[in-house]
Order: sequence, then C-alpha cells, then structure tokens
Amino acid sequence: MVRTTSLWLLVGLFGYCLLPWFMVEDGFWSFSWIQNFGTGETAPALFQALFQRRISLTPAGIALAASAISLMLFSMPAVRARALITISGIGLLLMVFQGFAPTSFGAVLQPAVVPAQAGFGVGSAVTMIALLFVLTTAVSSLGKGGDAFVVGLIGLIIALVGIFVFFPVGHILIRAFELPDGSYALSGFFARFFSSDIWSLKCVIGAGSCGPAVNSVLLAVMTGAGTTLLGLAFALIFTRTEFRAKRLLRVLTVIPIITPPFVIGLALILMFGRAGAVTEIFADLLGMEKTRWIYGFWGIYLAQMLSFTPIAFLVLIGVVEGISPSMEEASQTLHADRWQTFRRVSLPLMRPGLANAFLLGFIESLADFGNPLVLGGNFNVLSTEIYFAIVGAVADPAKAAILAMALLCLTLCAFVIQRRWIGKRSYTTVTGKADSGQHSALSPAVRTACYATALPWAAFTAIVYGMILFGSFVKLWGYDNSFTLDHYLRAFSIDLSNGIRWTGVAWDSYFTTLTISTIAAPLTALVGLATAYLLVRQNFAGKNAFEFGTMLSFAIPGTVIGVSYIMAFNVPPIELTGTSIILIIVFVFRNMPVGVRGGIAAMSQLDKSFDEASITLGANSFTTVRRVIAPLLGPAMLAALTYSFVRAITSVSAVIFLVSAKHNMATSFIVGRVENGEFGLAIAYSTVLIITMLSAILLLQLLIGQRRLRRQNRLQKSVSSKPRILTLQPAGRNK
Amino acid sequence: MKIKLGVSLAILGLAITSQQALSAEQLNVVCSNEQDWCDLMANAFEGETGIDVAMVRKSTGETLAQVRAEASNPKIDVWWGGTGDPHLIAAAEDLTQPSGADTSQLLGWSVNMSEISGGKTVGIHAGALGIAYNADVLSEKGLAPPVCWKDLADPSYKGEIQVANPNSSGTAYTELATFVQLFGEDEAFRLLAEIGKNINQYTKSGSAPSKAAARGETTISIGFMHDMVKLAKAGFPLKIVSPCEGTGYEVGGVSIIKGAKNIDAAKRWVDFVLSADAQSRGPEVGTYNVPSNSRATVAPESPDLASIKLIDYDFATYGASDTRERLLARWDKEVKPASN
Repeated sequence: MVRTTSLWLLVGLFGYCLLPWFMVEDGFWSFSWIQNFGTGETAPALFQALFQRRISLTPAGIALAASAISLMLFSMPAVRARALITISGIGLLLMVFQGFAPTSFGAVLQPAVVPAQAGFGVGSAVTMIALLFVLTTAVSSLGKGGDAFVVGLIGLIIALVGIFVFFPVGHILIRAFELPDGSYALSGFFARFFSSDIWSLKCVIGAGSCGPAVNSVLLAVMTGAGTTLLGLAFALIFTRTEFRAKRLLRVLTVIPIITPPFVIGLALILMFGRAGAVTEIFADLLGMEKTRWIYGFWGIYLAQMLSFTPIAFLVLIGVVEGISPSMEEASQTLHADRWQTFRRVSLPLMRPGLANAFLLGFIESLADFGNPLVLGGNFNVLSTEIYFAIVGAVADPAKAAILAMALLCLTLCAFVIQRRWIGKRSYTTVTGKADSGQHSALSPAVRTACYATALPWAAFTAIVYGMILFGSFVKLWGYDNSFTLDHYLRAFSIDLSNGIRWTGVAWDSYFTTLTISTIAAPLTALVGLATAYLLVRQNFAGKNAFEFGTMLSFAIPGTVIGVSYIMAFNVPPIELTGTSIILIIVFVFRNMPVGVRGGIAAMSQLDKSFDEASITLGANSFTTVRRVIAPLLGPAMLAALTYSFVRAITSVSAVIFLVSAKHNMATSFIVGRVENGEFGLAIAYSTVLIITMLSAILLLQLLIGQRRLRRQNRLQKSVSSKPRILTLQPAGRNK
Repeated sequence: MKIKLGVSLAILGLAITSQQALSAEQLNVVCSNEQDWCDLMANAFEGETGIDVAMVRKSTGETLAQVRAEASNPKIDVWWGGTGDPHLIAAAEDLTQPSGADTSQLLGWSVNMSEISGGKTVGIHAGALGIAYNADVLSEKGLAPPVCWKDLADPSYKGEIQVANPNSSGTAYTELATFVQLFGEDEAFRLLAEIGKNINQYTKSGSAPSKAAARGETTISIGFMHDMVKLAKAGFPLKIVSPCEGTGYEVGGVSIIKGAKNIDAAKRWVDFVLSADAQSRGPEVGTYNVPSNSRATVAPESPDLASIKLIDYDFATYGASDTRERLLARWDKEVKPASN
C-alpha cells in the first residue's frame, strides 16, 4: 500500500508542480507553455499559488504534501489509511470547488457571464486522478470492498460516469422544473409530467391517437420481443446447425448495425411507399390500392426490426455458445429428447442473454431517432418529440426535459422488470472442470422454426441492401435509373496530377469519423468490460445504483445528450465544445452500456472458481482479470469493440449538436444531404461507410479470434452417426 | 494495470486540453442553406479575403438551440442562411449583435428585416410559398390541378395533400401566418381545418412535403417554391402553382453572434454574402431563391417575385413570440384534430 500510494503521490506532485494547471489556449501539444514555463495562465499550480497569489490553487498542493507526511508519520496501517482518506477526500472536494469558483453553482446551470478562469488543464487532471487513487488505495487497505485494484476501478468509473453522464444530464433535467419566467419550482412539474399529452391512451379505445409515451412503449415492447426472437433464431442457426451459408448470414446480420441512419428508412419508402417498387408490383398484379401504410407504426417497426436484430444477435450468440454441453449431455443421458433438452435446459440457461437482448432492443427502440423521423407519419414517439421540443419552431426546453424524464422512467421500469425476471439463480455454465461434451443439435421442430423465421428475414435484409447499393449507382433513385458513378466521384474523387489531393466532398468528414471512432472504440470496450467485471464479480455497497448509473446514458435519447453536453462542457471548469475530445467522450459514455451488458452476460457464465483458483495461487485481482477473465471474454470484447466502433460512425442524434466546423462527422454530412434531397450522394457515402466498417469488423475478428472454451467442432454430427469413442481430455485442450 | 490505466487516463487528460492552434485570421460559420451553396460561398470568401473559413451546415432549429446553449461562450461567429424567424428570435433574445452592414443596395424586404431586428440580422434572400403537385399521380387519379389556396379544401383531394406541422417547421408557420393575413384569423382557421381533412400527414420538416410529392408519396404539397424548382429541375414530374389569392414569403437572414471571437472577419462575411457578385452565383449550385441585393442577377428559373401576387407580409407582428404562441395554440385546438 505504501508503495502504491507513494507512486500516486509522485504522479500528483508532477501534475501539480510541472504541468500547466489550466487549459492552454493554443493547445497542450503546441508546447508554448514550456517556452514560457512558470509564467502567466499556463504556469503549473505551484507557480501560480506561490507567485501569482492564486490561493484557490493551494488546497491540492497541501493535500498532496499532507498525504506524503502522514504516509511517513503514521505507522499503524488503519490510522494511516483513515488519515489519507480524510486528506485526499477534502483535497478533491476543494479542487472541485476551485473549478467552479468563478461561477457559482447557480450560474453554471444558467451561464450568463464569461468566466475569467480557464477550464481544468492537464495539471489539474493528473493531480485529481492521483488524489483519487490515493483515496481508493487507502479505502482498500481498510479491508473494505476488495483490493486496491478493485476499489480503484470502482472509484474511477464512478468519477467518470459522474462527470460525463450525471453532470451533463443533470443540467438538462433541471430544466423540467423551470417555469416560463425562468425560475424553478416543483409546482407545475407533476401536472405537466402526467398530462394526457404524453400518456393519452385514446388509441386503445379507438378514439384518436395515443400520447407519445404510450406509442414509444408499444413500439419498444414489440421491437424488443421481435429482435430477441429473431436474434435467437440466428444465434441458434449459427451455433447448433450445419447451415451451409453461415458466412453470408453473418454478413447479413451485421450489415444493418453498420448502416448509417435514414438509409434503411429511405430504402423502405422506395420499396413500400405509395409510389414504391413493391407497392407498384402489388397494385399491378393484384389491383391492391396504393396506401401510405409505411408511414406510421408498422413502418417504424419494420425499420427498427431491420436495424436492431443484429444487436440481439450479437448479445445472444455469445450466450448460446457459452452454454456448457455437459448440461445438455446430462439431460440427454437422463433420456430427455432434444426438444425437452432445449426447452428445459438450454433455454432457461439463456435467460440472462434473452433478458439483456430484450432490454437492449427495448431501449434502442425508445431512443431511436432516425427511423421515426423518416417513417413516423402521424405516429409520434418520445425521441422525435424531444428533438422538436428543442429545435422546433417553438423551442421549449422544459417540455423536452419532461419528455426526457418520461423516457427515463420507462427505461428504469424495463430495467427493474428485467432484473426481477432473471432473479437470483445461477447461470454459470463455463467452469474450470473437464467439459468436453458436444452441444446437442436442435430438435427438428426448433430447427425448422429457426429457419422459417431467420431465413426469410435474411432474404428481406438482402433485398433492402440490394436496393440501397442499386440506389448509389443510379442517377435519380426511383425515377431515372440509368447507371452512373457520379455520386461516388463527387464524394470520393482524388486528384493525383499534383501529388495526392483529396478533392471529393466527403473526405474531410470521412477521415474525422474514422479517427474518432478508432480512438473511441477501445476506450468504450475497456470502460464497459471493466464495469461489467465489477458488477458480476465484486460486491460493494450501492451496486444496483451503480449499475443503473452506467445504463443511464444509453437510455437518454441522443438529442438530449447532445444538448446537455453543450450546456455542461461549453464553459469552465471542463471546456470541451468544438474539440474532437467531446465527440470521443460522448461516444465512450453513450456506448459503454452495450459493453457492460455484453460483459455481464458473458461473465455470469464464467464460474467464480476461476477467480478463486487464481487468487489462491497468489495472483491479485488485476492479474486474474488479465490472465484468466479477459482471455475468456473474446466474444464479449469483440462485440463491445465492434459495437462501439460502429455506433461512433453511425450515430446521429447526439453528434448533430456537437460537430463543429473543424470536426464534422459523416452522419451529420449525410443527414444534410438527405435533407437536401441528394439521396444518391448520401447513399453512395453510406455504402462506402458500410464497406469500411465491414472490413474493420473482419479485421477485429481476425485479431481477437474466437474464444476456445472446449474442443472445436462440438456439434453432434447426427444421431445415426457411428458411435464415437469419447476420450477423457484435460479441460481446455483443443483438438 | 493501475499504472497503465493511469497512463491512459493521463493521455486522455492531455488530449482534453490539447486544442488545435488558432491561426490569426479565422472565421467560424454555421450555414443553414443548402450544402453546395454553403461550400461555394465558403470557398469564394476564402479566395477573396484569405480568411480561413471553418463551416458546418446545420438546420435553423439546431443552430438556434446551439446558439442558446453556447450563449455565455459562443463558438460560432456568423450564422448564415435559413428562414428569417429563428434569426429574428435570436435577435430578440439578444443572442446576436448588429453587423453594421451597408443596406443601401438591398431590396425593401431585406432592409425591413434589418430594421425590425435593430440591424442584428439582414435579409439575404427571399422565397415565396406555393403549391406543388405531382403531375403523374394527379392525372392517374383523374384530379384537377389546384389553382388557389381555397381549392385545397375540395373533398376530392382527400388524403392527397401534405404540409408540415407549424409547431416544428418555420415553413408551415409562414403558411399559417399567410392564411391569417390573407383571410383574417377566423376565416383562416376555418379554411385550414377544412383543408386539414385532406391532409395525409403533417411532416416535421418544411421541405419534406415537396420531396414526397416529387416521388409520388403524396400528390400535392405546400412549401417554398425554390425547393420545388430544384426538385423539378432534378427531373421529377413536379408542377408549381402560385396561388390565385396571393401568397406569403420568407426572408433568409445572416446574423453575427453576440460575443463572436472573430468580429472583423464576421463583418467581412456579412458584407460578402450581401454583395451582388456573391448573390448572383446561386444558380451555379441549384439555389433558386431570390437574392436581396438589387444589383444581383436572378436566375431565369427562380420564381419571379414580381409576377407572383405577394401579400405585404408583416414580419414584426407574426414573428413576435406572443402572436406565434397564440396562433399555434389555436392551430393545435382547431386544425390538428380535423386531420384524419
């Protein structure tokens, strides 16, 4: 403990004495602060406190010094730890106050003055992190909540989620209590929150349209259930059948997830709209009337099913794969047939996976913005209502905040129900014990059902994407179907006559998008899986609240996140707007829940005896995570990486407020083109993005590879195959 | 791991504070016009002045939301384009500042906008409201083309008309205000409710109905004529009608954000986009609204404001937020429920 603490104290001192405390105007990497070292605003805190009489900067230094002294002074571990906790805790608190000092808390919520003090810089960030770890190390040495690594991780994630989720979201939610005259009160809130404008049930009794909240729930339940079923069918086909075209199927199940928003909606309109291709065919052949059914519930539902089934699939395939064959073999030894085995053993073991898949589908549907925008018709949902409450002709942030709260409540309910349903049973199936059995094949009925649902859907997806590809090569989609490469040339032309010049209109945003998502993806996976590890493997006070906190950012629609980030991070102490950092951070904390859910699902299958064995052999938590848990989490890691990379490229509602002239993102560019009616260019760009992401995913898969739990080729060939001689194998040996 | 984690965090921390170096002459523009028009003007301005333009395209609603959120520490210097109402709102909320631009060459409606806002926003272009119909679908259905606003209430158009929702779209609010000014308030709402029975969808975006009409997703749309001209030029069977009773119009604006960091460059930008040379270039990229500089050349395809019966649109009254809220509340009560 003494060694770790001293190390962190050194880091803190380095930050306090040598790095610029405040944000450097022309950037840290310009190193202008080294040329003018120790002077002006760019000086380290020590210099500012000593020579510029900035008394507000002294507490951090005093905290560091006092920690060092108490480290040397007290020899009793418990006393030392308590002293360190007190000192570093107070130090951190004072630092936060110092950051907010130029603005009072009220003024931060409603910024009115241009503050004189710059935002936190490198020095303060390093010092804060150091103090945080001094605090957590001391807490862990008191024997509460695990070893230094675990407590440090908990502290770090709480700090990060607090700063980048709760702080900005609080900014906007407080608006829900705002009265028209700008003051705040509870009085009007409940009336507005429970108003029938939001919760009306008129459509149930057939007397008009329902409120957006009811519409959203209806849609989300349908989408959650539908995507989970389809995802399960795909996952079963993948792991339990000998379907020949698995690779093709894999591509089809992944493509929707990597499709930029609006594109699926556009394709559906061009197929099923009143003037769509399919509608025309039906009208000609069957004399059916051309209607506008696609604009409304069914259109959004169809688009969401296309978009979100892959998410359910990604969650479920890891779970279905992870179910131990020995359970199924035991069942069959006891003379259960394949259907009974599936129904009574495999399916119940998939519960966490099914629940997680449903929860993700449900929340995705609630927060979905692009599809309702294009296909909504007169069917209003919360996410679009929130967007138009902020950007509409009559901007009403209070209404947006109230709608956002309704959305949050719905998510909270789903979350609670999901936890009830999983219950406290054990779903552990991957143990360290010898486990060399074979997965039972599906019973014919289940197999047929899987094929019957998944394959037509796959074919439908293929047709939709065929339409999209087609659309990028024709002059005017739907009207002038003559072949052209113009759209691609306009977007991605390169002039080689005089060195390489990227003359296409799309290059700027393309490069920015790739850079930002490449940085964001590993960070997201790291934060997500670390959180999952804490949730599954560690017990600490407030775990449920902690879990919900990490899910929060996912439940809030992107529009709200986008606006709240502007409000929170446009002024000191944390000044980020207009940079690429804010885009990276928004992606990390928005997509981290997927890493968390995937990690939880995968990790609850890993027996705790792995950890115990590792700890017994003298490893600490960190080594256990690195050498034992992480290698078994291949698919979850892959899912988290893939998903966050892809989401960073395809998300639109959150970034639309955060992109700046210097850092424009592909989606915001594409939305602009769609608004402008340039479908060809938008779709050509989307196609290039899809291909880019597809290659990135294949590369990731190649790099991370498959988790090898048992010997390969585990599927029973068929019942009538020659009797096999089972040989006893040490666990983990692969064929 | 902790060290690694710390290092990665420290790197993140470093990255947080690193911003790109700012060169001396720079300008941050948010453009609410069409992308190609934005790009063309940015390049032309850079070529003429040597000032580095960083431009992003955002809709007026998004821009206004951002300008409000950034009020204490604006990152934008100039907001150029889009319908005038949000510009007027920004001016009324004191989010923008007078540009001091020379308005002597500008047309009356542009100067008018500058006067209403105390010089904080200046009109750059105008566009008239109109009706468009898809000629193919109309003849397939055997319907007569509409000529006047009142024709739209004809029951034979049931389920064939699309228009935006004035609560979310400035275009549709212009239509609502135009009706009120043309027919008087009570008669206007009666007529709108009547037309409402024929509406198949109130879209969120103002330009969506005409795009839907172009593709045959709806038969008739209400919107701005310059959007329709562009779609017709692209090859869609869209016919444009200038209503017989007369019609209202919008004026697009340019505003300098209050607290702009590059104020001199911002003023040069305003002067530039008001100049006759710059405004004459719209048709190069398919922008067909009417320029505000009297000496700018107008494309032959542009809706000729002189031949359209324009009402004397009262921007001061109908741009004010109390009028707006009253009309919208009435629309929600009387017109919205009439739709099917």
